[in-house]
Parts: sequence; C-alpha cells; structure tokens
Amino acid sequence: MKIIVPIKQVPETSQVKINEETGTIIREGVENIINPLDLYAIELAIQLREAHGGSITVISMGPPKAEIALREAIAMGADEAILLSGREFAGSDTWVTACSLAALIEKIKPYDLIITGERATDGDTGQVGPGIASFLDIPLSTYTRKIESINNEHIIVQRLIEEGYETLQLPLPALLTVVKEIAYPRLPTLRGKQKARKIDVPVFCGKDIPVKKEDLGLEGSPTRVIKIYRPQVTRNGTILQVKDKKTLTESIDRLIFFLEEKKIISF
Amino acid sequence: MEKKEIWTISEITQYQKIKPVSYELLARGRTLADELAVPLSAVVLGSAVTENDVTELIYRGADKVYWVNHEQLARFIVENHSNVMKYLIRSYQPQIIIAGATTQGRTLMPHLSVRLETGLTADCTDLKIEKESGLLLQVRPAIGGNIMAMIKTQEKKPQMATVRPKSMKILPRNENRKGKVIPLDINDFLFDGRVTHLGYQKSEEEEVNLSAADIIVSGGRGLKKKENFALIRALAKQLDAAVGASREVVDRGWVSYSHQVGLSGKTVNPKTYLAIGISGAIQHLAGMKTAQIIIAINSDPQADIFKIADFGIVGDLFEIIPLFKKKLKKKRLYS
Repeated sequence: MKIIVPIKQVPETSQVKINEETGTIIREGVENIINPLDLYAIELAIQLREAHGGSITVISMGPPKAEIALREAIAMGADEAILLSGREFAGSDTWVTACSLAALIEKIKPYDLIITGERATDGDTGQVGPGIASFLDIPLSTYTRKIESINNEHIIVQRLIEEGYETLQLPLPALLTVVKEIAYPRLPTLRGKQKARKIDVPVFCGKDIPVKKEDLGLEGSPTRVIKIYRPQVTRNGTILQVKDKKTLTESIDRLIFFLEEKKIISF
Repeated sequence: MEKKEIWTISEITQYQKIKPVSYELLARGRTLADELAVPLSAVVLGSAVTENDVTELIYRGADKVYWVNHEQLARFIVENHSNVMKYLIRSYQPQIIIAGATTQGRTLMPHLSVRLETGLTADCTDLKIEKESGLLLQVRPAIGGNIMAMIKTQEKKPQMATVRPKSMKILPRNENRKGKVIPLDINDFLFDGRVTHLGYQKSEEEEVNLSAADIIVSGGRGLKKKENFALIRALAKQLDAAVGASREVVDRGWVSYSHQVGLSGKTVNPKTYLAIGISGAIQHLAGMKTAQIIIAINSDPQADIFKIADFGIVGDLFEIIPLFKKKLKKKRLYS
C-alpha cells in the first residue's frame, strides 16, 4: 500500500505575537512545528503500513525550512519526503495550494491512499485536503475518526458529523482527512532520527509540476487577503471574588441575576 | 452592478428536515441581497423534503427555493452533492454562494470551488458588501483567532464562503413573505456511485452537538478528576446546554473528543459559554472567544479566561457549582 501524507509547517500558535501597530504577525523567534493535526495523519499512515505493508511519502509545500518538518515526519516513521518549494509558490491561497500539491501527487503516482490532517492550525481552513481530492477526482472522506476495514479495493471509514458519525465505503485510491480520534501520534524513534538526518529530501519547484507559472502562488490565487487586523480581546467583564460564605452566596446571586438580565435563563 | 442571485446551501437531517443552519444562512444572505438588490435563494438537495418544509425557507428570508428531490441525495455524499451543485451553478450563475461551516459545508465547498475554479473563504464570522465594487468582503479569524483577515475573491465567480454556525440570528418567521419554490429534476448521470453510505450512528450522548447549542457548559482541568466531570454534565442538563471540554480533559479521557472545544477540537459560537475550571489556554480561547456571552468560574484570578469573560467568579468551583445548581432549582420551583 502506497500512502501519501501532505503536511504543513506552521508557527507554534501559542507563541504567536502580533505587532500591535501594524497588525502583522511577528515571525522572528517563533518556533516552527509540524501542524499538530497532521501528526494524526502521519500516525495513521504508519499504523496502516505496519498492518498491511507498503510505504509512506510525506510531501509539503512551503519555504526551504519546511524541510525540517518533513524530516520530523521521517523521524516518526515515514519512508520518504518531497518538498515543493520556490518563490513562485509564495502567497498561494488554499485553491492554488491544493492545485500545486495535487499536481505533485500526479507526478509521483501511483498511490492507494492520501491522508491529511483535518486542517492546519495557522490558516485554520481545512480546505486543502478536500481540494486535493477534488483536483485528483478521487473519493473523499473528511473528519475521519476510524478505519473499520481496508483491503486492496476498498476502505470503510467512520466519519464524524454534528449528530454522531456515519460509515462510508470508498474505493481506493481515496483521500481521508482525519481527526484526533483516529490515532495517538508516536514520538520519533532514535533510528528514525538517524534516518531523518541522513535522508535526501528532493526539492521540486514550479517547473517540475504541470501547472502554468501564472496559475501558481499569489498570481494564481482566486482569493486575496485585503486587510489583517487584531480582534478585540478584552471584554472588561464583571469579575467577582469569593472569599467566604457571604461572598459565595452574593456571587452566585449576582450570576443568576446576570443570566436573567441577559435573558439566558428565565423562570 | 450585476443582478445575479445570492445562493445559500441548505442542509437537511437524515429525516429530510431542514436544519436550522439553513435559516441562519438566509439571515446572513438577506442583508447582502438587500444591499445588492438581488434575489436571495436557498438550494435544498434531498430525497424526500416536503414542499411544506421548503416553503419555510421563504418565511425565513428566501426569495426563491431551488428544490431537488432524488433518491441519490438522501445522504450527503460529497461527490454527488458537488456534481449536482456544479450543474445548478453553471445553469443559474449565482454571484455569491454561502454554506454553513459545518462538516457538510466544509467538505462540499472546497470540493466544489475546485470544480468551479473559483475562490473560497472558510469559516467566516462576518460578510459584507464592498460599496464601490459590490464584491463580497469575507471576514474570518486566523492563527488561532489572534488575527482577523478580510478576504475578497476579486475576479472569479461565484464568490464562495462558509459561515460559522450561530454567527447570525435566524430571522423571525414571516408567513406573509412571498417567494417562489422551484422544483428541479436532476439527471441520473450527475451521480457518482463510487462511495456508498453504509450507516449512521447517533452519538450516545445527546448533548454533543456543540455547534448547534445556544448554551455550552465546558469543564477543564480544575475539575481535578474524571468523576467530577459529572458536575458539568448535571449543570448542562439543568441549563438545557451542551457539554464542552478543554483539551487536557479530553486527553485524560474524562470525556470523549467530540466534546473538545479549541484549536484542535471544535470552534463553537454559542450565545452563552460557561467555562468552569478552564484556565483559558490560547488554543482553547481560539475555539470559543466569539461566543456572545462568556462566563468563567476558576480559582485562579490570573487565569486568562477572565480577560475575555463578561462575568466571572474567582473561587472554588466545588463550592460554587453545587450552590448555583441548588439556587437555580429553587428559583424554578418557586416562580
């Protein structure tokens, strides 16, 4: 079974700082990590390979330093990695990213399964996985929470929906986007780390994929970010302190009054 | 300015009933349609949706309803829905299409936007019309809610966006509203047939549907142990609320992942969010800070959750919650 896992390198969100004046993100000094939700995709791929044999290729589109994220995936247990990188990709929106990654996947086919994280924690769109499936015209299951069974022709999956979950049978090759429930990501092994240090990570650029230059990056992107600003964070709410029995009772009475006043509860 | 329509993609339950998110989309679309002076339409894809039910969409703000019943549309299968929507969009040429940022909308819309070769913005919390151009301005949080981005699809049409559920109030029902229900037949060749829907399982716990809940009661590490999470469930039940949880609590197995609110869980947008024993890690705040009203109960006065709370109590939740429950019950009894 050949599995492809597209991943993304993202800034560690809890460290993100905003320049209050310009409203832009301060990138300096921020650690870059594999998108945490991609770890579940990598883990699932490794488990499937352990059970059914085959190989795992991790791919990523990003700046040269995204190679580090790919090597981390190798350290976890992926077999090979390819980086799609070049100035021509800068400013890509989700449409062009899906288009570029799908073109790379076309180039390295055949494959049986593509597994992605549900979304990346920086852009938070969740659009690239479904977009790749659409470009490649292969069946798609999003929010996949469990693999019930898999053979050479089909995969049966459980997909999380608002009311519960549903079970789908997809013919292979197919694309799954997975949620946290699917697996618990393992840590890199010592052997994996050694392999990650030595392995050659080929870098593909715009010329290596069959997409016209004007269809790549910012130029090819249908959407444009026209403004970025900082949302209002502090609400300056009423904060009460419980010190003793009396303040405890008072606080709760005032909470109930607040709930009534805001019409959240009625009696 | 063009007079092309604005479309909302309605969602239906497995029993072929219109989901409330469909009405939210109409409320959102109504202001845009009025500003552009164009018709607002709802598209309903199902297998047995009744005329009575689709007429409700008119009462809730639609000028037209495109109504498709076909046995292949009984369940949401992205390939089928995408093919049918592409066909309808190519036929009617709407200028804007909005769908819910639900598991359906966030699957269908990216699939469809690729096929239509046009842009899509995910999980918008606000939509406006740009005065000069008449283009759709799409506002969404990014980087864990640290920034807001305003996005535009400049040249391609239609302009597409998914909208965060509960970010818009449903319009009051107005039976005097006039509109047109347009039943459509769909050709069989639009159905893909590759993916089979094998079954549906409702969550064992009724209260999991966080995205549709008006009130969410969420518990965090401050609850100290698994058994204490029952306190959250009991309070939620009393308030007719859904149960949420922080990541720590889910990782410790106190409650299942479907309850997780935050960056690696669900983004929720209820009218009221009660955070109990939750310190307010940035990843958690990212998933709930757009709630209309936030109430926090935590023992640590420095907890970040208080910065975004409209009402907070600093104290021992094991003292506060039982007394709160008791007082609520008493008030209900004597009024």
